[in-house]
Amino acid sequence: MKKAAFFIGCTVPVRGTNYEQSFREVARVLQIELVDHPGFSCCGFPTHAINRMTALALSARNLALANQVSLSSMITLCNACTENMTHTNHLIQHDPVTCDEINRILSQIHLQYHGEVKVKHAMRYLYEEIGLDTIRASVKNPLSNLRIAAYPGCHYTKPSELYEGFDNPEKPHTLNELVIATGASIVSYESSCCGGGTLGAKEDTALQMGIQTLKSMKENEADAIVLICPFCDVMFEQNQKKMEKLYGKEFNLPILYYPQLLGLAMNIERERLGLTINRIKLDKVLEKIQSGNKE
Amino acid sequence: MKKPLMQEHLDPFFKYQVMKEPGGEKLALCFACDTCTLSCPVRVQEEAYQPRTIIRLILLGAKQEVLTDPVIWLCASCFQCQERCPQGVGVTDLINAVKNIACREGFIPKSMTMQMGLLAKHGRLLEIGDFENKKRDKQQLPLIKEQPEDIQRIIDLSGAARYLPQESE
Repeated sequence: MKKAAFFIGCTVPVRGTNYEQSFREVARVLQIELVDHPGFSCCGFPTHAINRMTALALSARNLALANQVSLSSMITLCNACTENMTHTNHLIQHDPVTCDEINRILSQIHLQYHGEVKVKHAMRYLYEEIGLDTIRASVKNPLSNLRIAAYPGCHYTKPSELYEGFDNPEKPHTLNELVIATGASIVSYESSCCGGGTLGAKEDTALQMGIQTLKSMKENEADAIVLICPFCDVMFEQNQKKMEKLYGKEFNLPILYYPQLLGLAMNIERERLGLTINRIKLDKVLEKIQSGNKE
Repeated sequence: MKKPLMQEHLDPFFKYQVMKEPGGEKLALCFACDTCTLSCPVRVQEEAYQPRTIIRLILLGAKQEVLTDPVIWLCASCFQCQERCPQGVGVTDLINAVKNIACREGFIPKSMTMQMGLLAKHGRLLEIGDFENKKRDKQQLPLIKEQPEDIQRIIDLSGAARYLPQESE
């Protein structure tokens, strides 16, 4: 049994409970013990553009809490949490001045932190700590009928200087491999940033950014998009209707979070995968899975 | 067309201010190849947003133009420019450093003070109250209790209390 602190951030526990619930379910099957900590707060990412030290100290606080209860591993669901927490770890380990500054702040709330906790995005954790073989072995119902556009999002692999050679920032492949492990096939498409980071500053620009990618996914006949970041979901799912209006054409591309896809392949009961929370109807996708079983 | 920059409006020390800011250290390595701008997904949609132009304006000393121009807030932080920069300028980190300076000099967008306000109030960006917890309970997810006290302390100790929304807002 592996054990890790489970850091769900701000957006997932409110708007991405389908992501959270399905990951908890597949983690159980894959024998990962997820430890919730009642003190976890925001990772700090939203303050990074305003005041860098606030962002660093907020993430160091969460890491210090995990370390306090002797957890040396942390699993994150959101790409932004992953990037910000990994960035903090990196500075604490390589920049003594920043490390001191962070700990000066933490000491005021009776904490300290020196880089003890390893942060990994949940999918990186599955890929590196659990492995494709184990995941393949857990699949009871290969989803061989599905054509998936796997969209890892920016901070899953970038900035690559933080991620120790994990994946390829120009051509990410680990999420593709994870999807293929469920029996589904991958469609290639032209990928660009989802636009989530620009949404607060200028909505139309952000929506246009998202449209570029949705257009290519649709042209390449994806049945669904697989996501692993709640901000990508804000764009590709929650804003898909707005994008369709702006573009003048329907996309009608449902999304699944990766653990939902894996959960379906594992034959986990559907109500335990939060599928009813998904905003774009999954009927066609589920039908396709059903008809694949009959063949 | 933007107005021409007059020499008396330029601040020759602005580049040093940016290079002193964490993330801005490698500004002077830029040799103006334009890889950042050509890689930028925001630029595809918004002609006005050009990372290379921002870097050149900083080197020129156009402090007011850079700090007050809302385009710096369009950066999506996707890190594509940073990945591809042949000089290792750390372009995304640099733009972030410029945003930090802009806030300190009084040019903070309202959306940013609002975010800071939410964090101070809830300890998180999205509120979790009874309504949210009821929904979580239905999905058999653990309930979450907001604990903003430490977060408020950190905002204060890290010098960010001045970015909280004013009472009147």
